[in-house]
Amino acid sequence: MKHAPSTRLFLFAGLLLAFALALFVSPFADPNPDGLNRVALDEGFAQTETDHRLSDGPVADYAVSGVDNEWISKGLSGVIGMLATFALGLALFALVRKRREADPAQARGEVA
Amino acid sequence: MHIPDGFINAGTSAGAAVIAAGGVSVAVKKTSDYMEDKQVPLAGLTAAFVFAVQMLNFPVAAGTSGHLLGGALAAILVGPWAGALCVTVVLIVQAFFADGGITALGLNILDMSFITALGGYALFVGLRRVLPKQRWSIVIASGIAAGVSVVLSSLAFFVQFTVGGNVDLRLGSVLAAMVGVHTLVGVGEGVITAATVGLVLGVRPDLVYGARDLATRLELKPQVRTAGGLS
Repeated sequence: MKHAPSTRLFLFAGLLLAFALALFVSPFADPNPDGLNRVALDEGFAQTETDHRLSDGPVADYAVSGVDNEWISKGLSGVIGMLATFALGLALFALVRKRREADPAQARGEVA
Repeated sequence: MHIPDGFINAGTSAGAAVIAAGGVSVAVKKTSDYMEDKQVPLAGLTAAFVFAVQMLNFPVAAGTSGHLLGGALAAILVGPWAGALCVTVVLIVQAFFADGGITALGLNILDMSFITALGGYALFVGLRRVLPKQRWSIVIASGIAAGVSVVLSSLAFFVQFTVGGNVDLRLGSVLAAMVGVHTLVGVGEGVITAATVGLVLGVRPDLVYGARDLATRLELKPQVRTAGGLS
């Protein structure tokens, strides 16, 4: 492989892409109901939907409360969600990952 | 595709939550068997990328949109179990955006994370078996597997609706509508997945879990020379 970018550069570029999509592209997303919601409307079970308990939350429905411009509000909510997902993902996978430190300890335990 | 609260009754939702919790604990165990330190940020990036791209609804028919589910994509990039965890993280964050219900979280984790990641990855592996061992077959297999995974996801919803739907409807009609529209959404899913996998394969093929065999083949010689024994 010739001149492959470093993992650090790859990560940075990937995060930058996700950031740009969330901030600049998400306001252009198709606002129509998605597949499931369309079926619910057409087939007649849309009315069974109940209010979301977090519908008054600070980022409910991809709008940041207090930001009036709906384009900026949506883009900003996307960035918040994207970064929160990255942070939560990092935390989860850091906890879950294969632990090398555990091996010597285990080996010592077995010896003793 | 996110199921809001109310579509499926409380009992079925609770049952799904229990199964989803079991699935998450299995996924945690399986992921801890293989995930190396250096893969941790990549898995985080995969989750963040799926969150961003899920926001980008594209038109699929008159008055109807669709968006990436991302389970198959995440599975191909970081492995099926870690991939399921990536989308699970996305769904938990989305609940704060009132996207997908709270009691429906278990239903959504099953349909959007586990069915797409595990089902999509199984399809991907099957397709790779019949396709030539080339880089382009990985891209093709990714696209087809991801597309079909959306239909699988819609079938999983149909099963849940059959068991716990809150209205009596003609089930055949609901099934046809779900599969019909999600076949269209699947085309978009397939294109986005194939493009993303193709992009990563182009820059860092060694980072694609589903292409490990190709990467090992390319790196085998230098690795054997430097390692000189079992690490």
